[in-house]
Amino acid sequence: MPCTGTTDHRVLLRAFEDGADGVFVAGCMEGDCHFLKGNIRARKRVNAVKKLLDEIGLGGERLEMYNLSSAQGARFAQIVNEMTARIRELGPSPLNNAKEGGAA
Amino acid sequence: MIIAEQKPLAEIAGYIENCKKVLFVGCGGCVTVCLSGGEKETEILASAMRIKRRLEGKPLETVTYTATRQCDPEYIDGLENMVKEADCVVSLACGVGPQYIAERYPDKYVVPAMNTTFVGGSKQHGVWEERCGLCGECILQKTGGICPIIRCSKSILNGPCGGSQYGKCEISKDLDCAWQLIYDRMVALGQLDRLKEVLPPKDWTKSRDGGPRKMTREDVMIG
Repeated sequence: MPCTGTTDHRVLLRAFEDGADGVFVAGCMEGDCHFLKGNIRARKRVNAVKKLLDEIGLGGERLEMYNLSSAQGARFAQIVNEMTARIRELGPSPLNNAKEGGAA
Repeated sequence: MIIAEQKPLAEIAGYIENCKKVLFVGCGGCVTVCLSGGEKETEILASAMRIKRRLEGKPLETVTYTATRQCDPEYIDGLENMVKEADCVVSLACGVGPQYIAERYPDKYVVPAMNTTFVGGSKQHGVWEERCGLCGECILQKTGGICPIIRCSKSILNGPCGGSQYGKCEISKDLDCAWQLIYDRMVALGQLDRLKEVLPPKDWTKSRDGGPRKMTREDVMIG
């Protein structure tokens, strides 16, 4: 998407429904949004979905928002590794274990 | 507009735990404007319920639809085919919606997803506040456009009371005293003398005290 400010709760939920073990949203640095507050708004929505995921038992820790600029390749790699480690520790999404018609 | 907020997800999930196919019906009216029961919120709720049920090993089939309004029978009629195929209907409208759906489809289990809270407006994006008490007899012309019925904690007609201090109500330091606001407004309008009029006790039969209300306009009736 052109700006994390367009992040929609439904897009994040759909990723989990479609089998994602974890999702992270990478926004621009806070204060550097081309649209002024897009990344701030995205973080609020991500936090709202994290709360929802906690409420329904999937776990908000499977979703995270990070801020970095497109020039920070090393930081991007670090975030990917961080998130991958976190999700490995959490294990596969329980949705992927829950077969249609009954939990595995 | 009517302001409503969604019930906790666990509560809604509990109401539909024995259903396999659920129709979630949003409303394009007030709850769309107050961002609690429109198309987007309806799809989010359905998705949340699907995920929750998959985690519990009892997958849920959902259908989502947002009616133009749920407070007009013509839009409820349009749900017929979807209602027929669902075990249950979850309405994201104010309290009117579930009642209209239940009335139109008497053999269907209808569940409210919302708690209807008040009639108000948008203070800012994401903040709504109560502004009308639906008392049935508006007196805003006498009070500088500030409603003492809903904005005064005691709904008194001849205020302020002794609990008004430094412009705030005794129930909260964050709540303006409505009668202080009225006084200030009348001063600004140069109409302070109008507050010398003592308002008589209010006729509450025009409010809920007179039972459920009904409005009829013969000139717009069809047939």
